[in-house]
Amino acid sequence: MSDTQTKLWTFPGGLHLPEHKDISTNQNIGNVFIPAKLVLPLQQHIGESSELLVKTGDTVLKGQLIAKANGYVSVPLHAPTSGTITSIEEQAVPHPSGLSATCITIETDQKDEWVDIDKPADYKIMDPSALRNRIREAGIVGLGGAGFPTFIKLNPGERTVIDELIINAAECEPYITCDDLLMREYASDVIQGIQIMQHALQAKRCIIGIEDNKQNAYLALQQAQKESNATTIEVTSIPTIYPTGGEKQLIKVLTGKESPSQGLPLDIGVVCQNVGTAVAISHALLNGKPLISRIVTVTGNGIKQPRNHEVLIGTPINELIEHCGGYDNNVQQLIMGGPMMGFNLLSDQVPVIKTTNCLLALNENDSSSAMPCIRCGACMDVCPVKLLPQQLYWHAYAKDFDKIQDYNLFDCIECGCCTYVCPSQIPLVQYYRFAKTEIWAQERDKIKSDHARERHEFRIERLELEKQEREERMRKKKAALQKNKQKADPKKDAIAEALARVKSKQKNSVVESKNTENLTKEQQQKIEEIDSRREKQSPALNKKNDNPNESDKNNLTE
Amino acid sequence: MQFNKPIQSNLHISDTLSTVMSRVLLALLPGTVIYCYFFGWSIVFNIILACLTAVISEALMLSLRKRPIQPYLKDYSAIVTACLLALALPTLAPWWLIVIATLFAIVIAKHLYGGLGYNPFNPAMVGYVVVMISFPQYMTQWLTPHNGLDLIQALQLHLWGIMPENIMLDSITSATPIDSIKTGISLQQPLAEITQSPLFGSIGGKGWEWVSTGFLAGGLWLLYKNTISWQIPTSMLATIAIIALIFNSVSPEQYANPLLHLFNGGTILAAFFIATDPVTASTTPKGRIIYAVGIGVFTYIIRTWGGYPDGIAFAVLLMNMAVPTIDYYTQPKIFGAKG
Repeated sequence: MSDTQTKLWTFPGGLHLPEHKDISTNQNIGNVFIPAKLVLPLQQHIGESSELLVKTGDTVLKGQLIAKANGYVSVPLHAPTSGTITSIEEQAVPHPSGLSATCITIETDQKDEWVDIDKPADYKIMDPSALRNRIREAGIVGLGGAGFPTFIKLNPGERTVIDELIINAAECEPYITCDDLLMREYASDVIQGIQIMQHALQAKRCIIGIEDNKQNAYLALQQAQKESNATTIEVTSIPTIYPTGGEKQLIKVLTGKESPSQGLPLDIGVVCQNVGTAVAISHALLNGKPLISRIVTVTGNGIKQPRNHEVLIGTPINELIEHCGGYDNNVQQLIMGGPMMGFNLLSDQVPVIKTTNCLLALNENDSSSAMPCIRCGACMDVCPVKLLPQQLYWHAYAKDFDKIQDYNLFDCIECGCCTYVCPSQIPLVQYYRFAKTEIWAQERDKIKSDHARERHEFRIERLELEKQEREERMRKKKAALQKNKQKADPKKDAIAEALARVKSKQKNSVVESKNTENLTKEQQQKIEEIDSRREKQSPALNKKNDNPNESDKNNLTE
Repeated sequence: MQFNKPIQSNLHISDTLSTVMSRVLLALLPGTVIYCYFFGWSIVFNIILACLTAVISEALMLSLRKRPIQPYLKDYSAIVTACLLALALPTLAPWWLIVIATLFAIVIAKHLYGGLGYNPFNPAMVGYVVVMISFPQYMTQWLTPHNGLDLIQALQLHLWGIMPENIMLDSITSATPIDSIKTGISLQQPLAEITQSPLFGSIGGKGWEWVSTGFLAGGLWLLYKNTISWQIPTSMLATIAIIALIFNSVSPEQYANPLLHLFNGGTILAAFFIATDPVTASTTPKGRIIYAVGIGVFTYIIRTWGGYPDGIAFAVLLMNMAVPTIDYYTQPKIFGAKG
């Protein structure tokens, strides 16, 4: 299989860069050392940061779970060695702007005592989803630099059939050699890790793409592939052109397929994983070892003893540099990652995290300032995405964030080819990152303000509704009152009627007092006197008091 | 240990703006030497004068605009503009004409629009058009080849307008071949007769065909060095050649043949050195073709039927105006784009 020359394709643009790789390849991978303390940021991957499971003062063992996955796009975190947790607080993390984030600090006890580890799994009989879960539980993220949780990329979904699993062993950026050394020393683990991933993805075919400047690694992988008789795995040597190690570029070179703009390789039935990730998976499944260390290239002319080291996650960078003999006296800058896509660290008092592949210390620090863009188009000629970097720059500079998206800003992979060739030495990628961040911020603000507006509108609506309801209630109340009034009127009428009746009866009683027909003269006289008195004191009620006997009599008799 | 954030990227190609500009200057050399050989010291004098004016006005404008002077002078862009202007203007143009054109190019067309990288119009062509419109009588004073003027005589002629004894101005000046064809045709002369004049050489104007060949060599070297894009010179020259071929084959008595169009009137110089000015040209691959075809079409129209001796400057400025639109609508299909 691997002996047959695989057909290769090309991607647009690209560069031949000075490699500077031999600085760090003449020694094998240095062994793990245990620093006095480890600093573990809760977020070392793309997605939600892990959820704390320990508290200050706890003792932990090597490999013990100290933070669990929080949500789907998240992975757990394990203690890289045994010791005591001395603090859980905000500390500086590796970030271009020197940000701080919550970190767990472990004071190591140098005993390196393991927790009871998971039994090695027979992945071949495992269900792919159980396998993915196991990979997730081991805290594995993409070790190529992006740090996306690996188990998600190993989930093809219900409908997608994976044609090819692509293993990114290109390591195209200058100076970085951690994958090169890893392949030389862990070739069989690479092959085993790939077989596990193939099982998880049910991918029939796997192509390992490795740049032709890593002959030793290429031969080691071929050997391991033959020995394990992994006939579905092809080890392919590809031309050294930066950025062949870009996911979409590598897929194009190896399969001829173009991942859609704004889409995923999954959309064309391809999954791409880093070679270091394959080894981590193999160690997790076959040795039960979670991701607690990785290989880091410490290199550049600013380092006394450049070399690759296996490093515990959380190792402070200054201690790692000391371990490599310290800085050269003229050191000017320290970069995490490579010279093209890495970022400058403002301080070395930050830890190695899961995605730290390289620490590059350089004596040079060009302080000459950029000249204006003359639109020469050199950037356009090297852009692997066929963007127009000169136009993107123009609109980023003018902060015209609508126009810049017409020029497909978000397809930029930030490989830095444009910056490399720019005769005006404009830090182009910095402008694109700035524009992306601004647009994201604007979108967040927009969502926020939309939300606020919706809430405001809802409130207005609610108030309006309440007002209407209140008015409705008022109206009803009023109407009810009105009705009551109308109802009250009959009452009054009734009272009045009653009164009138009383009155009229009283009047009538005067007229109709038949019992007075056969009265004596005296009686008659008396009655008349009384009547005349009554007439004088017209209020009817007073009559009663004044003349209780008769009227009461009358009233009562009625 | 603490570190400072670097301003520049960590890896960089050695080419800088000054490398690019010096390469352009170097590429102008063969054509200029041949120019000097055929037409005498005047062109050297014109180039020096234009360069001095350009450097002084550039420094002045930079200080007025509170920009660092040294790095911007070192980019040599003002020198390139000055050289192109000197090569484009008539050999016998008076000194003040060259100064005015250069001042206009640097001060108005370049710095008032924001300086290097921000000028929408080609500064050299703006300077050229300004003096062409303002002082048309001086724009036809081209020297004849091997005119016999020595360095001192040339200097005297330029600075004080003093003609050497025994030499008449008319005997050493002439119109350009393109211009004389236009005049001849308007006088109902057949083309074959016009081109019998000693002004014409074997394929273009006498001397001019060799100057153009020199510029062609320099231009091809720039292409080889990847300093200019292939699309602009190829499309512009092809457009002029094709249009000339069509008209020439329809009416050879009236319309000059393609070679005469290509090797005369600065066509080669414009195709490789002027239209390719990256700041004012279209920047997309397809756009560059459209831009250069446009220049070719307008050049042919203006030089054949227009009222001016040549049409390149107007053609370039016209197409400069169209560049933003061309660029927007000619974006290349990006990697992974659908359809």
